[in-house]
Amino acid sequence: MASSIHFLDLKGKPLLARNYRGDIPPSAIEKFPQLLLDAEDESSVVPPCITHDNINYLYISHNNLYVVALTRHNSNAAEILLYLHKLVEVLTDYFKSLEEESIRDNFVLIYELLDEMMDYGYPQTTETKILQEYITQESRKLQDSQGRPPIAVTNAVSWRSEGIRYRKNEVFLDVVESVNLTVSSSGRVIRSDILGAVKMKCYLSGMPELRLGLNDKIMFDATGRNPRGKSVELEDVRFHQCVRLSRFENDRTISFIPPDGEFELMSYRISSSPAKPPIWVECQVIMHPGSRVEYSVKAMSRFKRRSTANNVEIMIPVPDDADSPRFRTTVGSVVYAPGKAALLWKIKQFGGGKEFAMRAELGLPSVKEQDSDNKAKRPIQVKFEIPYYTTSGIQVRYLKIIEPKLQYPSLPWVRYITVSGDDYTIRMP
Amino acid sequence: MSLERRIRNALQLPKKGEAYELQAGLVSQYAFERKDAIQRVIAQMTLGKDVSGLFPDVLKNIATHDIEQKKLVYLYLINYAKSHPDLCILAVNTFVQDSENQNPLVRALAIRTMGCIRVDKIIPYLMEPLRRGLKDESPYVRKTAAIGVSKLHDLDPQTCIEDGFLSSLQELITDPNAMVIANAVSALAEIQETNPSSEALVINSETISTLLTALNECSEWGRISLLSSLAHYKASSVAEAEHICERVTPQFQHANTSVVLSAIRAILAHIDSVNQELQASLVSKMAPSLVSFASTPPEVQYVAFRSINLILQKYPTLLSKHLPVFFCKYNDPPYLKVEKLNLLVQIVDFDNYEALLQELKEYAVEVDIDFVRRAIQAIAQMAIKIDTATTKCIEALLDIASVGQDYAVEEVVSVMKDIVRRYPSTETTVGYLMKFFPRLEAPEPRLSIAFISGEFCDTNPECLSIIASMIESFDQESPVVQMQILTAAVKAKLKDADNGNQLNLDGLFKKIEKGNHNPDLRDRAFMYSRIISAGIEIAKLIIASDHLHIDTITPDLPVRLRNEFLRDLACLSAVYQKPVYSFLESKEVDVDKVFLQAQQEQKELAVESSDNGNIGNLLDIDFSDPMPADEPTGPKGSAFDDLLSLGSLSTTLPPVNGKALDTLTSSSSPVGSGTTTSGTQSNPFGSDLFGLGTQEPKVREPASHDLVDLL
Repeated sequence: MASSIHFLDLKGKPLLARNYRGDIPPSAIEKFPQLLLDAEDESSVVPPCITHDNINYLYISHNNLYVVALTRHNSNAAEILLYLHKLVEVLTDYFKSLEEESIRDNFVLIYELLDEMMDYGYPQTTETKILQEYITQESRKLQDSQGRPPIAVTNAVSWRSEGIRYRKNEVFLDVVESVNLTVSSSGRVIRSDILGAVKMKCYLSGMPELRLGLNDKIMFDATGRNPRGKSVELEDVRFHQCVRLSRFENDRTISFIPPDGEFELMSYRISSSPAKPPIWVECQVIMHPGSRVEYSVKAMSRFKRRSTANNVEIMIPVPDDADSPRFRTTVGSVVYAPGKAALLWKIKQFGGGKEFAMRAELGLPSVKEQDSDNKAKRPIQVKFEIPYYTTSGIQVRYLKIIEPKLQYPSLPWVRYITVSGDDYTIRMP
Repeated sequence: MSLERRIRNALQLPKKGEAYELQAGLVSQYAFERKDAIQRVIAQMTLGKDVSGLFPDVLKNIATHDIEQKKLVYLYLINYAKSHPDLCILAVNTFVQDSENQNPLVRALAIRTMGCIRVDKIIPYLMEPLRRGLKDESPYVRKTAAIGVSKLHDLDPQTCIEDGFLSSLQELITDPNAMVIANAVSALAEIQETNPSSEALVINSETISTLLTALNECSEWGRISLLSSLAHYKASSVAEAEHICERVTPQFQHANTSVVLSAIRAILAHIDSVNQELQASLVSKMAPSLVSFASTPPEVQYVAFRSINLILQKYPTLLSKHLPVFFCKYNDPPYLKVEKLNLLVQIVDFDNYEALLQELKEYAVEVDIDFVRRAIQAIAQMAIKIDTATTKCIEALLDIASVGQDYAVEEVVSVMKDIVRRYPSTETTVGYLMKFFPRLEAPEPRLSIAFISGEFCDTNPECLSIIASMIESFDQESPVVQMQILTAAVKAKLKDADNGNQLNLDGLFKKIEKGNHNPDLRDRAFMYSRIISAGIEIAKLIIASDHLHIDTITPDLPVRLRNEFLRDLACLSAVYQKPVYSFLESKEVDVDKVFLQAQQEQKELAVESSDNGNIGNLLDIDFSDPMPADEPTGPKGSAFDDLLSLGSLSTTLPPVNGKALDTLTSSSSPVGSGTTTSGTQSNPFGSDLFGLGTQEPKVREPASHDLVDLL
């Protein structure tokens, strides 16, 4: 449980706070910036939980803000930190972006939300969809039926309200796979995994019951069926709270009553499979200290010929004191971004099974900086998206939609896409 | 919106007589002006200005049909009730009315706010609405009232229990609504914690099934509180424990990481009582969830990794297939990198060490100094953990030292002492290490060199000259290094490595006796000279016997403590890996007294010591106590007594230096182990726990002054 929640700017100036339990003196948060500074002085390792004078400070940072929770108890740190992230998410849903300005402009609403989302330090309702039904920017009269708490708040189905109506009942399924890759400086794959997510946009009337079927290996093995085509072994699956977990545990059926609109139904991870990296980059550097540096970069696509990667972006770090860049490439465009100290090689369309090359030469200052060896070693970063393609081969076999009362026909649409993850990096030799 | 612009203008240009303006607005005859004024008051409050002077005027606006305005007035009340306790009574009537409103939102709001107004006078008026709230038809009101009981208990425990609120709350455990159950359990657990004699949260076989059913129906946050209470429950039978585990495992698949951690926590609380087969399957189901934690927000990852650290101490091989998942990303925050290194060293084994070594070599050339040091330590820990890896690890370390910056060299030298202790056969590297001696500045590597020189002076001629040169610069060395130089010199002498001439040991003894004020050093010097005068052979036996063998430098917690932390998995105590009382004051009165008393006593002994030190001493943690100032015995006598009683047993190891707090290796370093024959490891956690490492010099100082006075 949290005793109070504070929003601070980067300098540690308080912007807004809500004290839930009254057991923390107001002066406690004033110490926070100093505590951070002291901790940073001691070492570069400053964890997100600090204890001082019987008060624990748990914080996250977001857009030049600190969101801090204080507690005097041996509270669940994971719960508090996740709650802070959830809080930021809800406020972002409300105000488009959460920053100093939007906090100042919307303080009334934020107070209302803080009051509703947490009581006496215990998190309560954090579903934006449901909150938006009874906490809005417009003021209401007391007698107004709009001002009542949606039944959903305390219902077993706390994420969907009753009485939703659509003229056309549609569901959009997006299977998004983010590929993460780390390649060592010697060209060896150190780590590669796929973080998949099934995202839904749900425009269905009433209280529909959905069932999703995937080519899940464990389920096929369990039921003894031998399907045509390949099946995929999902290593760890996480579900939105709407999915009946005990049902999945029993027979791996994914059944649920979906929230209305957009949400992430499930996420999964595949790491053991020797996933072939869709885009492979090799880079050679020839350094002439004091005069120039040469790069020769090769990019290869390692997916099927009929697929195409879009918006491929390869960022190659260069010394930050380099100048007068010259490039030559067979495809795409190259820009020098001095702000990032990197070359950006952009390829709009990158067909499967192709290979492209790029050469670059940059000038170096003749006088070498004293500690230029001492710079952080940054890796090559690659961004891309490959539509209609999943690296793992996961497939949606069916999506059954049953609304017992309304019994309408409905249309599920499925799309697949593979994108680069946050960490698709190739270390510089 | 024009309203907001007006607020902003008001903020930017604080006019003269603003308070007057606000006040006028608050009592205006027009509703919109009043609301506007209230908003501006709240805006001022948000900015941290004291607007409590407007209390009576704001309060006049409490009776309104505008729910937003009502909320603002309530918010104001919560903030300033303390400064106007008498006036709060005026609000009571509205609260009571609101608590009978037909809109459940308003009823809940009234109950929730009343509980937050922490004024004693309001308690009698709170009781009736709260009682009604607990029986309200709307689950939304009931769940608010459940927490309200906890608020009441905090204000006035006696009333809460005697007037039957506690028992009403306990009845809510069987409520038909899962959210109400979850909040009731949270409230009861809190009452139980602050007041254990109340027996608020009694979980028995019957309630267990209600809780397990509610677990599948309530919100994510409710699940956390239910799972936590399951973790504290002791199953009455094997069958029940198995049942609980089976019902909790599906929660591993929840999207909320904290729910998953809580589920693991609940499982771990019961896992030891279920049958072997189920145990194995539960443990294997846990692994994929742990791995997935690596793709959560960094702050959450941190807590998750600290939890994995504890889990791995119980199941060391759980993640051996997943080593690369914990490799550091270039943009991980520093605190994550360090946690990842800790986990990597825990996970690494015979099969996968080469991949890790490659990776660590890359980290060792990074820019962040702390990270580089930690990476070098990790290589050493790996060398000590896996004996087949030693050669390669040492090669890697020496490579790093040969190209690295000074801090990398220093760290390599520092960790080498542990490696040569573990594998005396690696002595061949000693000569190579000695070449780095001129580059070493910090105490730790110099200490390491002194130790290694003392150990291997009989086979490596360079060692002797290093000891000699360190004796020359003796006065400039820091105290820990001085201790080690002394020991090294004595060892060299006893091993007769210098053929009886080069080293001037007597000169060193004299220097310490005449000019040094460090009681530990003086004690040790006296002790050595006495042992030597008792006979060279005996002295050899005691001081220069076999190499001080160690088995590991990765500290595991004592099992009991570890299990305690596992029960509190993901809670702050488990994240810090410190017992609760060491970072939070206890609420129990008698404990407070004990602490106060102890502090008083301690203050008399050592005025300068601070709170933490006191706690440490109170608990009698094993570290070299400051010598009581009033003890008249001279250092000579006590040193000798000590020697006799010690025989060849270990002395306590003083922490190496102020850094003992966070280094994993420090406690096993050979400082002060002059008479240690077996590699008994002082519990690193013990010294770590209360930050004694940093505390120690402070505590010791006054004592040493006194000693000097006595002499």
